[in-house]
Amino acid sequence: MKPFAIAIAVVILGTVPLWVGGTYYVNVASQILLFGIFALGVNVLVGYAGLVTLGHAGLFGIAAYTGARLLTGGHGHVVAAAGAVVLTLVAAAVFAALSLRGTGLGFVMITVALGQIVWGIAYRWISITNGDNGVSITGRPSPLGLSLASAAGFYWATLSIFLVAVASMAIFVASPFGASVRGTRDQPRRMNALGYHVWMTRFLAFLFSAFWSGVAGLLFLYYNQFVSPQVVALTASAEVLLMVISGGTGTLLGPIVGATLVVVMKSVASAYIERWNFVLGAIFVAIVVFMPEGLVPGTARLARWVWAARRPPAATPVPVADGKSGR
Amino acid sequence: MSALAVRSLEKSFGGLRVTAAVNLAVEPGERRLIIGPNGAGKTTLFNLVTGELRPDGGSITLFDRDITRIPSRRRAHLGIGRTYQIITLFPRETLLRNITLSLLGLSPLRWNPLVRLERRAALIARAREVLARVGLDHLADRPVAQTSYGERRRVEVAMALAQDPRVLLLDEPFAGLSIEERRDVLRLVTAIPRAVTIVMIEHDMDVALDFAERITVLHLGEVVVEGTRAEVVAHPRTREIYLGE
Repeated sequence: MKPFAIAIAVVILGTVPLWVGGTYYVNVASQILLFGIFALGVNVLVGYAGLVTLGHAGLFGIAAYTGARLLTGGHGHVVAAAGAVVLTLVAAAVFAALSLRGTGLGFVMITVALGQIVWGIAYRWISITNGDNGVSITGRPSPLGLSLASAAGFYWATLSIFLVAVASMAIFVASPFGASVRGTRDQPRRMNALGYHVWMTRFLAFLFSAFWSGVAGLLFLYYNQFVSPQVVALTASAEVLLMVISGGTGTLLGPIVGATLVVVMKSVASAYIERWNFVLGAIFVAIVVFMPEGLVPGTARLARWVWAARRPPAATPVPVADGKSGR
Repeated sequence: MSALAVRSLEKSFGGLRVTAAVNLAVEPGERRLIIGPNGAGKTTLFNLVTGELRPDGGSITLFDRDITRIPSRRRAHLGIGRTYQIITLFPRETLLRNITLSLLGLSPLRWNPLVRLERRAALIARAREVLARVGLDHLADRPVAQTSYGERRRVEVAMALAQDPRVLLLDEPFAGLSIEERRDVLRLVTAIPRAVTIVMIEHDMDVALDFAERITVLHLGEVVVEGTRAEVVAHPRTREIYLGE
């Protein structure tokens, strides 16, 4: 059943440019996928490691800026992509080494501070980042001779990376290391007493999270062919956190659903509803009130409840005089 | 050679001295009971032995190896297992997953992000064996949140036993249990082989005195009496500070 559902989902996603109608909507679908990758990365920390971060837009932006500067410096796409991911991981190692000194609110505040430092650099270190004007690149890569210049071409490339990201998350979640990460979320003291290196487990989870955040940042750069300080602002970190929370933390599907909700509201609903921010806020409030665990687990809970309510009650055996029960 | 030896161990929280030059030597295979009124420093002593707290002075040795400065997580690998006074399990996970996590703690497999944990047949079989040992194999696939308090107490002990510790520290394993549940846990603890040295903190004298071979009485962070059950019960200091006579 599960492989069949996955195959159907892949077919539907793979044919989006053929039936969605119009370049604009194909681009919206690409945005959903790339922000889905970003949200999946953040979910490793927020959902599985229990570490709420408000600084991951910094890592997303570091990848985008690095890629942009390497491309404008005359390097090829392979060097730009590799350089962006490597620098993101180096920055993530520094972020993790500093922020993992605290947990809970302390961790959140350190990630906010680190994210703001990246934003400050993006805004003020003009010789590198071009300040408020941002950095533009020209053209997208053509891996294996396939041009990503068209909306459909870029969508399919993003979809391929998205599927790899989802698969890597599924493998991570089911692995012993994934179980260790969840253990450090639920009982860090016990994990330590059981022989786990709690700090190192969280550090590696941070790097895994940063890797996919960096990949998403690079895709964002190629999608827009432009990066500016807005990308690394605190609001961007808050937005991806809302994607994860609204969809359902610690689930595979939740961050993707959350990313879909936010991107659709920003890109599609904003065309029809002037005060779309208000509507998005109202939706978040409704989710928190009625499905505090997020849309995906909340919908599953509702479905179970409806299923149980519709099912007829089990027949109660009636005791009979000879000691046997039944009809 | 002592299984566990503590020498002149000291710990203060600010101006409050909670462990004052404690000396303790537990022989291999021994069943040692640590008693004392609330605030005597019993759990603090366990936390110092497991490395959750750093001592201000003194030393701790495990089978003659000085472990005073060894990080807490490494002590589990050296053979120290413990249970907690307040149940510290993974409530969202099944009983089987709780024991599997315990087994993973000592295995390099815990770093592996590529294999499926459920397919590690030997590990899962070993976890089921441990659950069977504490009589909970029929609940293996039930989440901890859906089990009784007594069953959780047994899972606590099972998690420590799963790691085959050389020294097992039991922190009030009978706390909050009914008479029947206490009997179950006592049977479980009594069945632990002599290869495991046991140090137990317990308030329930009826159960604990039957179990212990030697008893240490702590009071205000100091060892005030130590000896066999008869010696400790007869000692006037015990009666004065612990039994209230």
